[in-house]
Amino acid sequence: MKYSGKTHKFGNDINTDEIIPARYLNTTDKAELAKYCMEDVDKTFAAKVRPGEIIVAGKNFGCGSSREHAPIAIKASGVSCVIAESFARIFFRNSINIGLPIIESKEASEKIKNGDSVSVDTAQGVIKNLKTKECYKIEKYPPFMQKIVSAGGLINSIKKGSKK
Amino acid sequence: MGHTITEKILLKHTNLKEIHPGEFINARVDICLGNDITAPFAFEEFDKLGVKKVFDKNRVVLVPDHFAPAKDMKSANQCKKLAEFAKKYSIKNYFEIGKMGVEHALLPEVGLVLPGDLVVGADSHTCTYGALGAFSSGVGSTDLAAAMATGECWLKVPESIKFIFTGKMNKWIGGKDLILHTIGNIGVDGALYKAMEFCGPTIEGLPIDDRLTMCNMAIEAGGKSGIIAPDKTTAKYVKSIKDRRRASLGKYYSSDEDAKYSEVIEYDARKIEPVVACPNLPSNVKPASELKDVSVDQVVIGSCTNGRISDMRIAAKLLRGKKVKSSTRLIVIPATQKVYLECVNEGLAKIFIEAGGVFSTPTCGPCLGGHMGILAEGEKAISTTNRNFVGRMGHPASGVYLSNPAVAAASAIKGRIAHPEEVL
Ligand code: SF4
Repeated sequence: MKYSGKTHKFGNDINTDEIIPARYLNTTDKAELAKYCMEDVDKTFAAKVRPGEIIVAGKNFGCGSSREHAPIAIKASGVSCVIAESFARIFFRNSINIGLPIIESKEASEKIKNGDSVSVDTAQGVIKNLKTKECYKIEKYPPFMQKIVSAGGLINSIKKGSKK
Repeated sequence: MGHTITEKILLKHTNLKEIHPGEFINARVDICLGNDITAPFAFEEFDKLGVKKVFDKNRVVLVPDHFAPAKDMKSANQCKKLAEFAKKYSIKNYFEIGKMGVEHALLPEVGLVLPGDLVVGADSHTCTYGALGAFSSGVGSTDLAAAMATGECWLKVPESIKFIFTGKMNKWIGGKDLILHTIGNIGVDGALYKAMEFCGPTIEGLPIDDRLTMCNMAIEAGGKSGIIAPDKTTAKYVKSIKDRRRASLGKYYSSDEDAKYSEVIEYDARKIEPVVACPNLPSNVKPASELKDVSVDQVVIGSCTNGRISDMRIAAKLLRGKKVKSSTRLIVIPATQKVYLECVNEGLAKIFIEAGGVFSTPTCGPCLGGHMGILAEGEKAISTTNRNFVGRMGHPASGVYLSNPAVAAASAIKGRIAHPEEVL
């Protein structure tokens, strides 16, 4: 898969309470959740993010609660993929399960600056910084996860599996 | 080469001959769990799978606890979805208010989790049950949907970190201080993706309630699970549960002597004093005695971390015959109906109320900034809960300090963070 867009940069340990505060968890309406995406770190994020743009963060992104509302809010806000030095594990599996592309890269996380335009090519295993012309290598998903990702998420992957 | 308790439990829940850290498995689950925040999403995904029934109506657990009793109309709708799903699929373990409690305090208490079990829950603090020698881990709503339909969950076999605690604990410390000390030491991602195995003489002497508190907060170090090998204390606890909903007494696993750990860390419990995690990370840990000039507007005693009867008893011991400082609000929330009733029968409820505190029906409430005690801009609270992220208990410019129930109760009396010795 390929994604490209302008980046929004965040720091370390961005937790799910910041991504989507608990006060908004009394709904499953995705568009509604998107309106409050990242509200407690950056109040202006939901209004300024454009479809296809990319979140870049430091380590342990998505730590805290298991709320799937967090990757859902990010996906529904139009963000095409999230790059971070590392992800908290429940956020990681939720993203794989709902089909939000997430990419671990220490180098990209360190070197990409807020507002840089980048392109991501998961098949080639590379992120390009279109501003600085730098390239950062990325690892492919392990085959087990790749199967879920290519099916478009866990539910589709189970459906496919049971048809076989 | 030997295996850890975590690897052994996971292996038993697959059809494989052996498993190793780093490998992906589809594991059979004994119990899967959802609440009023995470289950409604899971139901939507479950419907997409087009299956007619859940894999086992006795092994799906639904607990409306976060915004329940429903705090507003939207939350009421969420709770209603749980009741409807439970009815439609004849879910045995749906806990309506009046029977419910904070899920991670409730499940062990009613005997739904046993040693050797594999439990997944769409709630990050599902890791609590490791205290009984089970593998348990938080997952998402889609995982819950898949588990409800198939009885399986995909997992990556984690590496384990071994934490050895030696030495006798000081008077006013409990499981909460041991785990806060640990998180303060390794950081909020110190155990990322890993199983945290707690052992050593201190742990062997630790009551189940304190073990539950420790494993509860494994996630706060990024851990996939926390686990303590089941022993005599565990067996006694499991046998004592009258309301046991599962026939067996569980399976007892332990780690081999030559099991492989990614790290082994030792702590001397004698050197640990009552500690407090300061805003805005659970790893921001300082001795309570160094924080005496921090005034608090609110004190919360409750949650899946420290809302059990032993926590209530400790808090009551300090509050007996004393008054909550006039500048401070005290909110006591027993974690389950059983704990609530015990508080009434033992006269603890009276102590809290006479001290000038609020004594509430079980709910997660303020722990996640839901209801029942939200903080205003600039306010500070000390709480026996497990998270103190930005805005966790209310306004983004409020602050939460995490502590054990003794420190929290002492702070309620003083109106500032206090060491229990200052009041008793
Ligand atoms: S008490 Fe707090 S941490 Fe525990 S389940 Fe409820 S919201 Fe989560």
